[in-house]
Amino acid sequence: MSMLTKTGDASSRGGAGESSTAPLLEVRDLHVEFHTRDGVAKAVNGVTYDVSAGETLAVLGESGSGKSVTAQAIMGILDMPPGKISQGEILFRGRDMLRMSGEERRKIRGQKIAMIFQDALSALNPVLSVGYQLGEMFRVHQGASRKEAKAKAIELMDRVRIPAARQRVGDFPHQFSGGMRQRIMIAMALALEPDLIIADEPTTALDVTVQAQVMELLAELQNEYQMGLILITHDLGVVADVADKIAVMYAGRIVETAPVQDIYRRPAHPYTKGLLESIPRLDRKGQELYAIKGLPPNLLHIPPGCAFNPRCPRAQDVCRADVPPLHPVTEQDGTELPGRGSACHFWKETLDA
Amino acid sequence: MSDVHLASEAAAAPTAPGPTVLAPSSVWHRLRARPLFWVAISLITLFVLMAAVPSLFTSVDPEDCNLSRSLVGPNGDHWLGTDVQGCDVYARSVHATRASLLIGLSVTVATFLIGVLVGSVAGYFGGIVDAVLSRIIEIFLAIPLLLGATVLLATAANGDGGVLGVIVALSLYGWTQTARIMRASTMETRGLDYIVAARASGASDPRILLEHVIPNAISPVIVVATTNVGLFITYEATISYLGLGLQDSTLSWGQMIHDSVSRFLTSPHALLAPAGFLSLAVLGVLLLGDAMRDAVDPRSRR
Repeated sequence: MSMLTKTGDASSRGGAGESSTAPLLEVRDLHVEFHTRDGVAKAVNGVTYDVSAGETLAVLGESGSGKSVTAQAIMGILDMPPGKISQGEILFRGRDMLRMSGEERRKIRGQKIAMIFQDALSALNPVLSVGYQLGEMFRVHQGASRKEAKAKAIELMDRVRIPAARQRVGDFPHQFSGGMRQRIMIAMALALEPDLIIADEPTTALDVTVQAQVMELLAELQNEYQMGLILITHDLGVVADVADKIAVMYAGRIVETAPVQDIYRRPAHPYTKGLLESIPRLDRKGQELYAIKGLPPNLLHIPPGCAFNPRCPRAQDVCRADVPPLHPVTEQDGTELPGRGSACHFWKETLDA
Repeated sequence: MSDVHLASEAAAAPTAPGPTVLAPSSVWHRLRARPLFWVAISLITLFVLMAAVPSLFTSVDPEDCNLSRSLVGPNGDHWLGTDVQGCDVYARSVHATRASLLIGLSVTVATFLIGVLVGSVAGYFGGIVDAVLSRIIEIFLAIPLLLGATVLLATAANGDGGVLGVIVALSLYGWTQTARIMRASTMETRGLDYIVAARASGASDPRILLEHVIPNAISPVIVVATTNVGLFITYEATISYLGLGLQDSTLSWGQMIHDSVSRFLTSPHALLAPAGFLSLAVLGVLLLGDAMRDAVDPRSRR
């Protein structure tokens, strides 16, 4: 898989990577299923992506597209059972985490890979003060004393620009506003300066003005620490400013990958195209808003062929029969477009439409 | 037993298994503002003092009985009258406090600890651990508490287990309720985002259980445990009545109640006095439990 130019820059600047070429995290052909009473729900069906130090990968998709499940599998917080990783590898610095012992993985969690959750209010323990929870990171992983942990918690709160950190360190999560709580979540993830942060819809629960601030903060801190960032979102607007590359997911598969600017200009998959067209635009005021017709597929019964075929305006017989592989996307004359791929039989037609 | 000891026992209950959840000073600050807390503390202090130093409350010897004054109503010499043996009811009620409180509190603490441990481990780990522990809970649940304790005391202790015997017997069969409540509450808590988040931040299972699950899942168990203090006092009474618990040498309210039940219509004072002591003691503990819960749980705080 080819790297983006920006990625190359980041790694050559030093970053946290040991070697400038190997990605920090590689997910290879990951399959996750959930065994339920009604059958096997195939939540992730062969996801492959990678992130390097200093790079931001945005994983885009609707609810149920498998973007969060993939993240949970990486973190090792998937509920198993009912969940099951039936196939695939998750390589962190070249080592398969799925083959590690529970204790080894626990040491990676929080220290090397951290996660930011969507709803900070429910992801923070209501009976513990935020200072205690921030400090817990240092006590668990570094054996810091209570006093040291508290001092570091205050420092972290300052870092994510929570006003009056010293006075607020003993406050409880419900005493903070939504934006401040999300900052605390970010501070927790940052605490041990991990190599990789997975942010699962970090701004979805926030209002728009706060969203921008939180994303800005996240991008800034990522740049400062040269961390890899996987940004899981369903919001194309959030992605544009922050991400380096995008992976669009549908029904547990990656349907399109591209550097961030390219995908907005020239999507190569009808689903991506549909998503972009359903963004409300000022210049189309008064017109009906475009929506992709139909519903995301039931994961218990994913349609044969391309999973998107029942909703796709371009669907032909071949789409109902054959699962399209992720084709490398090129110009008509065969010029390679680095980092681009589309899992559509008609990617050429879509690209130029 | 001192006042401080009793109060700290109740205060430690919600946080006992883990480190302090809230700064003790802030809990104290909120407790202080509640009038009910002071009512509870007054009642508890009263009974604890009564249990520790009965002579502060009465100078009459509870064993000084005289059949010639059997079942006399309340009067100047005997404030709450006398019982069928001619003993002073007030003095006996005061002296009975010690055994009743001791048994009620000890059994509550023991069942609380066993219940929280078994219930949280079963609820948190699930799977085979839960299956085994749940079957054990069910085995004990299948034996009625009173019957189990009675049989145990009758066989193992030969009908005279004393205070310790009663505590062991009641604890052995009384922990299942707290265990089941703790298990259910833990299972509910286990799936919450902040538990997942704690796991994602690399906390170990024992740490998640002690710091995140138990403090959040324990509130319903505290409420039940507080009511259990009264319950266990009455169970002790029942067992004593059957002649298997405390013998005549150890006074308890339950014994007094049961001794006077048959003469309730003619001499109600002999029953109402110990019953009143019992009710006030239970009320004090209940009020304290309520005030503590409100003060410790930040979600109910405004």
